[in-house]
Amino acid sequence: MFARGLKRKCVDQEDDGEGALAGFGTIPSYSLQRQSLLDMSLVKLQLCHMLVEPNLCRSVLIANTVRQIQEEMTRDGVGQGAAPQSTGRAPLDRLVSTEILCRTVRGPEAGCPVPDLGDGPLQGPLPEICTVDAAEVPRSPQSNPWEMDSPRESRGSFQKSLDQIFETLEHKNHSSMEDLFSDMDSSYYDLDTVLTGMMTSAKPGLCDGLEGFAAAAPPPGSTCKSDLAEVDHVVEILVET
Amino acid sequence: MGQAGAFTTSFLEFPRVSFYSVLPADIISTVEFNHTGELLATGDKGGRVVIFQREQESKNQVHRRGEYNVYSTFQSHEPEFDYLKSLEIEEKINKIRWLPQQNAAYFLLSTNDKTVKLWKVSERDKRPEGYNLKDEEGRLRDPATITTLRVPVLRPMDLMVEATPRRVFANAHTYHINSISVNSDYETYMSADDLRINLWNFEITNQSFNIVDIKPANMEELTEVITAAEFHPHHCNTFVYSSSKGTIRLCDMRASALCDRHTKFFEEPEDPSNRSFFSEIISSISDVKFSHSGRYIMTRDYLTVKVWDLNMENRPIETYQVHDYLRSKLCSLYENDCIFDKFECVWNGSDSVIMTGSYNNFFRMFDRNTKRDVTLEASRENSKPRAILKPRKVCVGGKRRKDEISVDSLDFSKKILHTAWHPSENIIAVAATNNLYIFQDKVN
Repeated sequence: MFARGLKRKCVDQEDDGEGALAGFGTIPSYSLQRQSLLDMSLVKLQLCHMLVEPNLCRSVLIANTVRQIQEEMTRDGVGQGAAPQSTGRAPLDRLVSTEILCRTVRGPEAGCPVPDLGDGPLQGPLPEICTVDAAEVPRSPQSNPWEMDSPRESRGSFQKSLDQIFETLEHKNHSSMEDLFSDMDSSYYDLDTVLTGMMTSAKPGLCDGLEGFAAAAPPPGSTCKSDLAEVDHVVEILVET
Repeated sequence: MGQAGAFTTSFLEFPRVSFYSVLPADIISTVEFNHTGELLATGDKGGRVVIFQREQESKNQVHRRGEYNVYSTFQSHEPEFDYLKSLEIEEKINKIRWLPQQNAAYFLLSTNDKTVKLWKVSERDKRPEGYNLKDEEGRLRDPATITTLRVPVLRPMDLMVEATPRRVFANAHTYHINSISVNSDYETYMSADDLRINLWNFEITNQSFNIVDIKPANMEELTEVITAAEFHPHHCNTFVYSSSKGTIRLCDMRASALCDRHTKFFEEPEDPSNRSFFSEIISSISDVKFSHSGRYIMTRDYLTVKVWDLNMENRPIETYQVHDYLRSKLCSLYENDCIFDKFECVWNGSDSVIMTGSYNNFFRMFDRNTKRDVTLEASRENSKPRAILKPRKVCVGGKRRKDEISVDSLDFSKKILHTAWHPSENIIAVAATNNLYIFQDKVN
């Protein structure tokens, strides 16, 4: 379920000089650039100003861009090395892609851990959140050439995030703040926590890549960092059960 | 494109006549001349409207150019809070549109995201004096002390310009209003938001007709929004609206009550060689304007201005590159959100020149007849009163000539989104963030 093994692999990637993460300094491959663009787009969609209604035109344009990228990724058979890369690099890219996916969107059994379960404005009990997400079924049934389970879920949750964002925009028309929270995937707010968690955590490799658009994230409360550690602990407990 | 210094056409030798700074904190969000050009209205982010009036040129000083001075200032919209959605409604004025003058008073429509208001701006230069029941200071008199009656008389006073809200058109838009347009019948007008367009009668504020609705039943299927709309200048049944997918639809209100089916559909086929993930975003139309003649429409997307003939739907008749050097920077502009900036475009009075803004306080003019274009800058440092504006040039390649500015040095926070052109003369108003520049052609 929660792939702690994968998390460890992520850490290894940073140390690996050949890791594509280190490639943020060098020219990344097309698929990485595309992936970055996808990440950036999702961040933009989710970091809406909550006080004033978000610009619908901008949201629609970004959402369309996300769809385009996803469609192209599907056509390219992302992860199978269909893109012009050496076969040796393909598995690396897949891992990297997965890792980046993890960072931005929490899938139902997220290959991704910790930072997604930040508390943000949601003060509800964490175990509930975990349960709900584990039960979530990815909406898009697209055949996924990826080998790993988690990326597929994550991809499905991309679609879900997109749809939810529009639902959210729609729901804003007639529901209260509570409804807003209950309808949405908690990753809506977790993203802020993710990024700021990234900023404050001692994971230099991850930070560098995201710094560009992490800078756009509104600063949260200072309790974030300690909460993350707590959450991490809670998640581990849940995973054991 | 854009050769510096080779022009002789008079409109390019622009001295700066007037320069006004609206309250420093406020960003100008709309600029509009009235139908005679005598008045110029600006709206700002703080919900204020400032109207400038052109000085009457006295017979003694024929050569003195009529300057624009502040005529009236009023608070049009206030910030509101939508309790149902727990969201703020900004007071920023999105658009101002003047009504043609029919009597001594001036009327204009101003709108924020949700509410349109009709304002009457009138002058008062006389004041009634000699009330029976009030004394000179306005205090009520005791009726028992009044022994004689008199008729109040009007006496001259210092000119006072007052603005009063005559109509408030509210609660008709779920989404953010981006355009308003007065119909040529002068009895109706339309307001357009992201998904719907409503038709109003000026006299009726409690109902409006929905004439366009592109909201899908399932919001998850939403892929396109309305970005701008305008009535035809002469045909009161015709209007156009543009979309975020780079299309323009022309509708005839006589065809049906709900104009969901367009009469004409304008779209340029995509250039496959230029295709990128940003293609759709940069094709999104930020402004659409009919020519004064009513024969053409002009559209502005992120990198170009296009002129379309109403009789040809499959492609524009003219395309002008505003700042094509940004094409290689689209990813950065996407990241910092500049790619979503909505630039407006305007025609001059004779429809021979079009103008639009850019970054770094640059604005561009294109002469449709000679095919010449120029880049000018609206900034205090580079303009002295009565001086001639110098054409600017952006260099793309490595070798930068003196006086040129490189793409990487452009200031993207200094954007000129709103400009206006006098209806009959070569006078332009350019809004550069919180400063308003009025430039006038010295040879008129």
